[in-house]
Amino acid sequence: MSWLTQAAKGIKALTSQKKDIPDNLWRKCPNCSEVLYHRELDRNLWVCGSCGHHLPFTTEQFIALLIDEGTWEETHTGITSVDALDFKDSKRYKDRIKASRQKTGKEDAVICGRGAIGRVPVSMSIMDFSFMGGSMGSVVGEKISRALLDSLRYREAAVILSRSGGARMQESLLSLMQMAKTSSVLARLRSEGIPFISILTHPTTGGVTASYSMLGDINVAEPGALIGFAGPRVIKQTIGGDLPEGFQSSEFLLEKGQVDIIAERRELKATLERALNWFVEGRDVSIRRPPRG
Amino acid sequence: MDWKKKALWLDFELPLVELEERIQTLQDSADVRGMDVQEEVARLRAKAEKLGREIFEKLEPWQRVQLARHPRRPTTVDLIGYIFTDFQELHGDRMFRDDPAIVGGMATLGERKIMLIGHQKGRDTKSNIKRNFGMAHPEGYRKALRLMEMAARFERPVVTFIDTPGAYPGLGAEERGQAEAIARNLREMAALPVPIVVVVTGEGGSGGALALGVGDRIYMLENSIYSVISPEGCAAILWRDGAKSKEAAKAMKLTSADARRLGVIDGVIKEPIGGAHRDHEGMAASIQGQIQDALAELEQLPVNDLLDRRLQKFLDMGDFEDAGRS
Ligand SMILES: [Zn+2]
Repeated sequence: MSWLTQAAKGIKALTSQKKDIPDNLWRKCPNCSEVLYHRELDRNLWVCGSCGHHLPFTTEQFIALLIDEGTWEETHTGITSVDALDFKDSKRYKDRIKASRQKTGKEDAVICGRGAIGRVPVSMSIMDFSFMGGSMGSVVGEKISRALLDSLRYREAAVILSRSGGARMQESLLSLMQMAKTSSVLARLRSEGIPFISILTHPTTGGVTASYSMLGDINVAEPGALIGFAGPRVIKQTIGGDLPEGFQSSEFLLEKGQVDIIAERRELKATLERALNWFVEGRDVSIRRPPRG
Repeated sequence: MDWKKKALWLDFELPLVELEERIQTLQDSADVRGMDVQEEVARLRAKAEKLGREIFEKLEPWQRVQLARHPRRPTTVDLIGYIFTDFQELHGDRMFRDDPAIVGGMATLGERKIMLIGHQKGRDTKSNIKRNFGMAHPEGYRKALRLMEMAARFERPVVTFIDTPGAYPGLGAEERGQAEAIARNLREMAALPVPIVVVVTGEGGSGGALALGVGDRIYMLENSIYSVISPEGCAAILWRDGAKSKEAAKAMKLTSADARRLGVIDGVIKEPIGGAHRDHEGMAASIQGQIQDALAELEQLPVNDLLDRRLQKFLDMGDFEDAGRS
């Protein structure tokens, strides 16, 4: 099956999931203010038909879009936060976690699993911005590290889709160390010749950008995503002025040499398939062991 | 010590400083007039010691933050002078420029030749502007990596000193890939085939600190701090009020004792009573001893073991519940 028909199938599977959307549900495009009906947004993969703005996609939508039908198996579930710092600001961290779980139905801000993209097996992690701003604490770091270790164990490509405000402040030093932890595993993938594709979506900032998100053999960004280390507000404060138009956008990062590819959502699976296909050998889609020096 | 510049002392250490000033004055006048003041000096000394203990044994986290940022605290360059010999600074990332917020170079520690890299703050306005308050740009991290890679090629261990409020959040830094520069250091330090000893000497601020912080042994000076964001930044985001930084400092568990309890560091290096800034040389001697002990141990390990243990060290960091394993 070609990647084109695969992609078409994926998109069909995606749109057929939500037949029961009422006709009258709509929202305004945050970019161009066009009125967008959910039914039409679903067909368009939540991309504004008028200006091309990419609206947030759920984790389930990304799985349906990117992973070959029937191949996804979620891994590393049951890992949850414990509030090691007994952290409290205006609210207790424990309560924030509880509220986020109830709101999202997720255990934390990342879902991991194994599946295939265009028949190439991958271990994939998908971050979820709706869970505490997609922030990385101990759970996110642990799950992503385990998913990367799966890539090592099964010799299959690693893919991480990021969207995150950065490190989870309520876990302070422990969350900071997750940057080192995940990057340390990536060092192993690199020496073992396992490819890693990083997908950066809106927004990817802070400690997540400054660890695995920028470390892909290939960095792929969705159009118009905010990607940066420091947040725009902090930079504005530092320089005491406005930021240039398009600063820290995907397009800006491409121009500055930080990402390889900008792929529209409709093209994302095909782009990943093309890339993954380059790394694997022949029909058995395996990743060759690196030549030993 | 320069007693005159009161502005350079913190409020809570002033009583101690003033007492010491009295002792000094008393001794000076005795020298001039030939008076016998020994008894009085001894009395005041004992008082000062007791006062020092009282103040410094129950410091609030925010006071530690102030000590970690103390304008008199020994900087990387100060410490290099006491700890190493034959230091030769090396400049530049070979791509864009030299970043004065990070210093690095070849050094000798006893019999060992090592590579030393550390954040560098200034001590006054002029030097702080030159050093950008110890906040590095991408080229600083890239210089650090260049030096570490050279150390690895010649099988020299790496020692890093961490003392930064954080990576610089500016236009040029973002344009030149601040995130990538930090991330790359994390990954490459994880795989560097020589021992790495990390010492947090002052402020360990966020990713900009961690970019020199992946190693086989990690130590913190007693009054240094290590956190994911500055207390001010945390307060601004979580309390929506930058003035709540004292509360944030407490909540963030950023002291050396906290870091030890959280399993992030291998040990705390005691500071002289009154803080590292009261005795640079004494502080440096303790750091030197700790680095030598660590290197002596690490040198025994074959490279593969060294790297496996380094990976495992970081894999073990984090706290969570695992339904599948309990
Ligand atoms: Zn639009």
